[in-house]
Amino acid sequence: MTKVEAVIQNSKLDAVKTALQEIGVEGMTVLEVRGHGRQKGHTEVYRGREYSVDLIPKTKLEMVLADALVEKAVQAILGAARTGKIGDGKIFLSRVDEAIRIRNDERGEGAL
Amino acid sequence: MSMRERLIAAAVTAVLILMFAQVVCAQASGVNPSPSTDTAARLAKLEQQTAEAKSSADNAWMLTSAALVLMMTGPGLALFYSGLVRKKNVLGTMMQSFALMAVITVLWGLFSYSLAFGSGNSFIGSFHNLFLNGVGSAPDPDYAGTIPAQTFMVYQLMFAIITPGLIAGAFAERMKFSAMLVFMVLWSIIVYDPMAHMVWGKGGLLNASLGGRFPTLDFAGGTVVHVTSGVSALVCALYLGKRVGYPKQSMPPHSVVLSFIGACLLWVGWFGFNAGSALASGSLATSAFVATHFAAAAAALGWAGAEWIRNGKPSVLGGISGSVAGLVAITPAAGFVKPMPALLIGLIAGVFCYWMVATVKAKFGYDDSLDAFGVHGAGGTLGALLTGIFAVSAVNPIFKDAQANTLASGVFEGNAHQLLNQAIGVAIAWGIAIVGTLAILKVVDLTIGLRVSEEEELQGLDLSQHGEEGYYWETPA
Repeated sequence: MTKVEAVIQNSKLDAVKTALQEIGVEGMTVLEVRGHGRQKGHTEVYRGREYSVDLIPKTKLEMVLADALVEKAVQAILGAARTGKIGDGKIFLSRVDEAIRIRNDERGEGAL
Repeated sequence: MSMRERLIAAAVTAVLILMFAQVVCAQASGVNPSPSTDTAARLAKLEQQTAEAKSSADNAWMLTSAALVLMMTGPGLALFYSGLVRKKNVLGTMMQSFALMAVITVLWGLFSYSLAFGSGNSFIGSFHNLFLNGVGSAPDPDYAGTIPAQTFMVYQLMFAIITPGLIAGAFAERMKFSAMLVFMVLWSIIVYDPMAHMVWGKGGLLNASLGGRFPTLDFAGGTVVHVTSGVSALVCALYLGKRVGYPKQSMPPHSVVLSFIGACLLWVGWFGFNAGSALASGSLATSAFVATHFAAAAAALGWAGAEWIRNGKPSVLGGISGSVAGLVAITPAAGFVKPMPALLIGLIAGVFCYWMVATVKAKFGYDDSLDAFGVHGAGGTLGALLTGIFAVSAVNPIFKDAQANTLASGVFEGNAHQLLNQAIGVAIAWGIAIVGTLAILKVVDLTIGLRVSEEEELQGLDLSQHGEEGYYWETPA
């Protein structure tokens, strides 16, 4: 089982969600986050003083998938989220030791 | 005629005579009086009814105005200020305005009104109206001859409430609530009451309408309200010191939305503040209403325009701040100037206060957190001086000579001396504000301590002073 974490532009959430649902991804968690990679922020002026705002609002998706589905999910995200400009985001993959369904204690890939 | 016919004739005649006699008696007793006494009585009654109608109109407007001015504090100022602070201080900031609505009211009723408006000397009133003794339904002709004295008292109360509330802008996010309460009570007595008395009270040193020695034209409180509170704010900001992290840390308003709503309530409420200062519902109220509105509009354009040029974008916060600056500047001038000068006063104030807040404050580095000095202190000073320049007797014939001829009001009309009187009034306001505020700050600091601890400041006033949070949005159901 692999955890897929994707930080994407806020405006791409709908497209990415739809693309993932189309390839059979059934569960995900969505967070509103702030952050930056190489993308510069912007400057705000408040009462004559300039402040640089370098933590930019982004959307993060997290999902744990059966290994067989991972590459399809990655391609779906790339296709839906890419604009070609700095600030598109990143995808991280990591191994998951166990998954447990709270309702009935089901474990393993069946719990996904 | 037979005997029977004579008897009948006699009886009928007697009845007729009796009836006629009754009519004559009735007329003579006054049921239908004679023409000359009738007209005099009706004229007297008509005069009384006209006076009552005038009183009704004036009183209706004045009570409405009082309500409008209270609305300026709650929720106007409360929203305007609390939107500008960080989320963790939203309630604490609102509480500063709200507490005054309660505390100053009690103070005013007990003795503060008497100190401000009771007959005393040139500098202060007296305890003549302690517990509002003598302040009832009958008008006080020295102040407002057509409305009950209680209406005048409650209208002035709303001014006494909002004035100290403005100072809170300078010590936002770091003042102890208990210390603030003590400070406000003392400030109201030591700074506000004497200043109000000098400008508006019987025998006041600066009273333009009651023959003060240095008549200062201050229609609705440019010196009494804005200069005193604004300068006191600067003193507080300097004495208390900067907020933790200022100016390096970014501390933008947590809700310009709240500030916007507050500012609009202030604009509308200001019609009560300025036009209500006519103390009647006649054409002077209209004049003040129009001047107020025009100044607000021009100032909003001035501030936003200056921002647009300097930063490339006009901000909403700039627009609303500008309108407040214009309203501050027109406050002393509202009932003395014509509409076009009102536009000009507003425009100048908008640009001037923007400069004070965006350039001067940054340059000198004082943490006047919500720009109480930049807008009220500086704007009020500017407005008071411009009043001396643009006031005309055509709007308000306030100066008269011994033969009751109208004299010129302001500089452009020919009274060059008035600018000096305005400067004296402003200087006295600055002086009493600085000295009074410093003394009070020192006393409160030595006894209770003024500022919250650094830990409390980082935690936020809402939790540390009031045990509350303004928004529980993140907490699950």
